[in-house]
Amino acid sequence: MSSLSVILLTGALVAAACALLGSFVLVRKMAMMTDAISHAILPGIVAAYFLAKGPNLIAGFVGAAAAGLLTVAFVEALQRSRKVTKEAAIGIVFPALFALGVLITSRFFADVHLDADAVLYGSIELAAEDLLLVGDRSLGPQALWVMGGLLLVDLAFVLLLYKELKLATFDPALAASLGFPPVWLHYALMAMVSVTAVGGFTAVGAVLVVALFIVPPATAFLLTDRLPRLIALSVLLGVGGAIAGTLAAFALDTSVAGAIASVTGLIFGLALLFSPTQGLLRRAWRLAAQLPRLP
Amino acid sequence: MDLLGLLTDYTLRNVLLGAALLGVVSGVLGTFAVLRGQGLLGDALAHAALPGICLAFLLTGSKAMPVLLLGAGVAAWLGALLLLWIVRQTRLAQDAALGIVLAVFFEFGLTLLTVANRRPDATQAGLDRYLFGQAATLVGENVIVMAVLAAIALLATAAVYKELKLLAFDPDFGSSLGFGVGPLSVALTTLITVAILIGLQTVGVVLMAAMLIGPAAAARQWTNRLSTMIALSAAFGAAAGVVGALISASASRIPTGPMIVLALTVIVVGSILFAPARGVLPEWWRTRRAAPETPA
Repeated sequence: MSSLSVILLTGALVAAACALLGSFVLVRKMAMMTDAISHAILPGIVAAYFLAKGPNLIAGFVGAAAAGLLTVAFVEALQRSRKVTKEAAIGIVFPALFALGVLITSRFFADVHLDADAVLYGSIELAAEDLLLVGDRSLGPQALWVMGGLLLVDLAFVLLLYKELKLATFDPALAASLGFPPVWLHYALMAMVSVTAVGGFTAVGAVLVVALFIVPPATAFLLTDRLPRLIALSVLLGVGGAIAGTLAAFALDTSVAGAIASVTGLIFGLALLFSPTQGLLRRAWRLAAQLPRLP
Repeated sequence: MDLLGLLTDYTLRNVLLGAALLGVVSGVLGTFAVLRGQGLLGDALAHAALPGICLAFLLTGSKAMPVLLLGAGVAAWLGALLLLWIVRQTRLAQDAALGIVLAVFFEFGLTLLTVANRRPDATQAGLDRYLFGQAATLVGENVIVMAVLAAIALLATAAVYKELKLLAFDPDFGSSLGFGVGPLSVALTTLITVAILIGLQTVGVVLMAAMLIGPAAAARQWTNRLSTMIALSAAFGAAAGVVGALISASASRIPTGPMIVLALTVIVVGSILFAPARGVLPEWWRTRRAAPETPA
């Protein structure tokens, strides 16, 4: 496979996986938790590499998921103590964990390639060069295997628990009385977000992961009122943005991650203006129609 | 190095001053942001500054700190206006708007940074120095710029103190008195942008969220009065800055920004646990003593 097609496919897979989970995250009003998680998994990965004595894919995932869940648990605990608000809790927990991660890295792993800029920027440009090796045989680009696997897991999660997730999101009290506690679903969703974020952030960088979790679902939210459509539209917009962004980056010879997020941002801007139901032009039009006419 | 040696060391003095200035300004402005439920604004705006830094460099070719900071400030400020506007005009919640501005602006900046780094006159332009907080590279000139920004922000806050107080506690009453909530919101956001400009070079983009939220969240535990909370918050911010910078200077390979944030985290957790009136442990102790003895 050519380098471009590997990058296109990787971007599309990350975008689809993020949009799938991001739709639920958005309607649950937890968008900034994805930002917190995608930064706070750094110490988890560092600790896992330390225990595994070197960069190890599986260990990295376990460490990241643990750090992600720890972030959620800390934020919830702070919030429940009622000493600080939810957003303050997020702002206290994730910088602390990120700082810890940076500190440990620079103190003990100065030679490991895991610095703060790499975490934020990602390196999707290299997706085609990092091959998955089993023994001596190469199975092709590792990012494709990882993100393809994650997308399947996310898809299975959403399909299997769709009804439960929907109920826990829109009517937590009923969900609890029917026997599936919303808290468990909440943690399960956040665990999926953490694992997807770690796969995504090694491929495209922490900030693009946040963009792909939030922007396509937010765009879809301006275009529809129904959850199934919201999810389908998010995935479509995310994948479309990833492909268009990658092509634009190659045409303009600039950062792929940057271009993908810029394109999704552009699509959001268009929806903001032209959405048939929520768009600003539509609303201005409606307002103008209500004005009394001159005699 | 002994303490006197530390305090007379040129580099360290700059770092200490920069960290303390950042702590005071973000402590004061963070108080209002946190009380309004906008603490994460700092996170979003710090990220949103990147395209401005790159554009300022691409347009002027200059890497002078005031030029780049002006670009950063304009971009962050535009990001903030866009954010306030999205929240007001659409049904998207504030946290979604924060995430959108944060990620899209930052990544757009990344495309520009790639372009900037390709220019022949840009020897790895060093633009990201303004984002990842390399306090150790602060020179006297940087600290002077920071001090000027800090003075402007603090004086402006003092000038509109009464209005900001109304905005934090009772925006409806404020608007009924004729204070435009919109303009005041914009004013507060502008001041927060200034705090971020000071922070970018000291602690960096990711950790800026902590500098705005941490001191105020800790101060809130000790008092119910706004004026006391502001003073405490400034003191906590400065203390975290100075302690973090000192620890980082005392051993090798301890980055300053993360150390400042960890020092701040200790203050926050300590306050939440031990503050006399609101702390978790004093509260637990009081309920335990108040509980009637279980009959045998």
